[in-house]
Amino acid sequence: MTEQTYSKTELMICVAARLFEDGTTCFIGTGIPMLAAMLASKTTAPNLVPVFEFGGTGAILEELPRAVGEARTFHKGISALGICDTMETAQRGFIDYGFLGGAQIDPYGNLNSVTIGEHDHPKVRLPGSGGGNDVGSHCWQTIAIMQHDARRFVPKVDFLTTPGFLTGPGARVAAGLPPGTGPIAVVSTLALMDYHPESCRMRLKSLHPGVTVEEVVANTGFELVIPDKVGANAPPSAEELRLLRDEIDPEKLYI
Amino acid sequence: MQVLESGIGELIQPFDLDEFREWNRTKKTRKLVDKRMTEQEAIRQFVYDGCYIGTELYGTVRCPMSLAREVVRQGRKNLRVCGQGVLELDLWLAAGIIKKLDITYIGLEVYGTTAALRRAVESGQVETCVEWSNGSISWRMKAAAMGVPFLPTRSMLGTDMLKYSAAKVVEDPFTGTKVALLPALVLDVALIHVHRADKHGNCQIEGISGFALEMSRACKRLIISAEEIIPTEEIRKYPDRTVIPYYLVDAVVHAPYGSYPGEMAYMYGRDEPGIKEWVEMSKTAEGAKEYLDKYVYGLKNHAEYLKLIGDERLQQAVELREKRE
Repeated sequence: MTEQTYSKTELMICVAARLFEDGTTCFIGTGIPMLAAMLASKTTAPNLVPVFEFGGTGAILEELPRAVGEARTFHKGISALGICDTMETAQRGFIDYGFLGGAQIDPYGNLNSVTIGEHDHPKVRLPGSGGGNDVGSHCWQTIAIMQHDARRFVPKVDFLTTPGFLTGPGARVAAGLPPGTGPIAVVSTLALMDYHPESCRMRLKSLHPGVTVEEVVANTGFELVIPDKVGANAPPSAEELRLLRDEIDPEKLYI
Repeated sequence: MQVLESGIGELIQPFDLDEFREWNRTKKTRKLVDKRMTEQEAIRQFVYDGCYIGTELYGTVRCPMSLAREVVRQGRKNLRVCGQGVLELDLWLAAGIIKKLDITYIGLEVYGTTAALRRAVESGQVETCVEWSNGSISWRMKAAAMGVPFLPTRSMLGTDMLKYSAAKVVEDPFTGTKVALLPALVLDVALIHVHRADKHGNCQIEGISGFALEMSRACKRLIISAEEIIPTEEIRKYPDRTVIPYYLVDAVVHAPYGSYPGEMAYMYGRDEPGIKEWVEMSKTAEGAKEYLDKYVYGLKNHAEYLKLIGDERLQQAVELREKRE
């Protein structure tokens, strides 16, 4: 295979797509998670059941949805119901994964998509939770997809919108969230992270090609757990890039 | 049942379920009467300054855009608004007619955060934002639809969402675990766009139903706009397709392309350049005003709007529709 050039966003989407497990149900948020889900369904997870919050379940993702209620979210789908049904399905334990984005993430995987600065006098008003909080509360496992820089990877989110591990071990259950749920990974433009099983703090797992541990640390606004052995993420394959560019986002909305 | 935590957000639409029952008994006719009217008549009659109003589904999907534009055109103001939105609530924010928000999500989806929301909230023009997740706001309507004062959920627990909402956390008396109680939401007015309705207001929707079932049962006044007005015999032939029965409905407005530039499943797709025009122009207050002048204030009604858009573009949207094949 000849050397391919690719963007950081393309790489992030490819690494995220490889995390989808075939034959599982997965709540898909707006944006990058949609591209990752589409790529997964065209490669390693052909039997993925995408769930979109406003009611689309089991769509065949042939064209990129630009909205979580667009007809593409139930194109050749299993069902087209409503938001109460999808959220209740998650609440009673039927949704395996949730893929989420956010403006900020903290060491415990908590996400912010409401305000930068104080809530009542914000510096920046962001769109709001949408279904993010519900997905983070009810899905068995959640994965966040984020641009990696110190403004986004912060010691404490300005507004805790979507629950990760909250304040640490045991905090989710103590707050009333379902046992056995929580974040499992963060895919960024630099690396793949998971969480330390005891401390619940974010841990570097594997680096994207050409990225050093120092670079990840410098772009993270809190102390990341660095294990003895750090893995390496494979670059996008020619086929992944072709699918992304020709079939998934030919209009270049994201890549 | 002991309250363990209370959100500090304002309950911006307090409710009285007995009053709601009485309203449903006395103000909603059971007779099959003709409720067709123009969008001007419907908005004039049922939407008033300061009312608590919601729209379904949202700005680019099966959204009552023609009704939303008419609300702006008639200069309604100080609205208290619930929910998530894209173009429709963005237009209202840019027009400066929203005073309070039960907000879940207002953004431009693929195009990111909205400048109109930022201007309206960061300047203090919107007096308060009470936070809810999409699930929570839908369940609040579901509670009202069920006629009960609250629904328990495990959403929002442990987060700032709970803190800045008007929900309460209690210990569940059955299991002893913590649950969040979501207060019922009874809207003064709801605007819902559907595929087909008869003149009495019996409605059919294709594709996802979003939260149309919940919202239509959780409001005092319901204005329906419909792509097509169909005979009641058609409704009676397929009663299983009626998702909103007539007695919930106060006005039926015929609005072909009512969701444009958003989409209508199986009828027309979204007009991307039409959506991008707002995305670009709304970046500045001046641009947003120019857009409103061109597409709202400068036009008398939805018919004039469609004429301005032109058959060619509408036909292109039809070509882009989701097809059943």
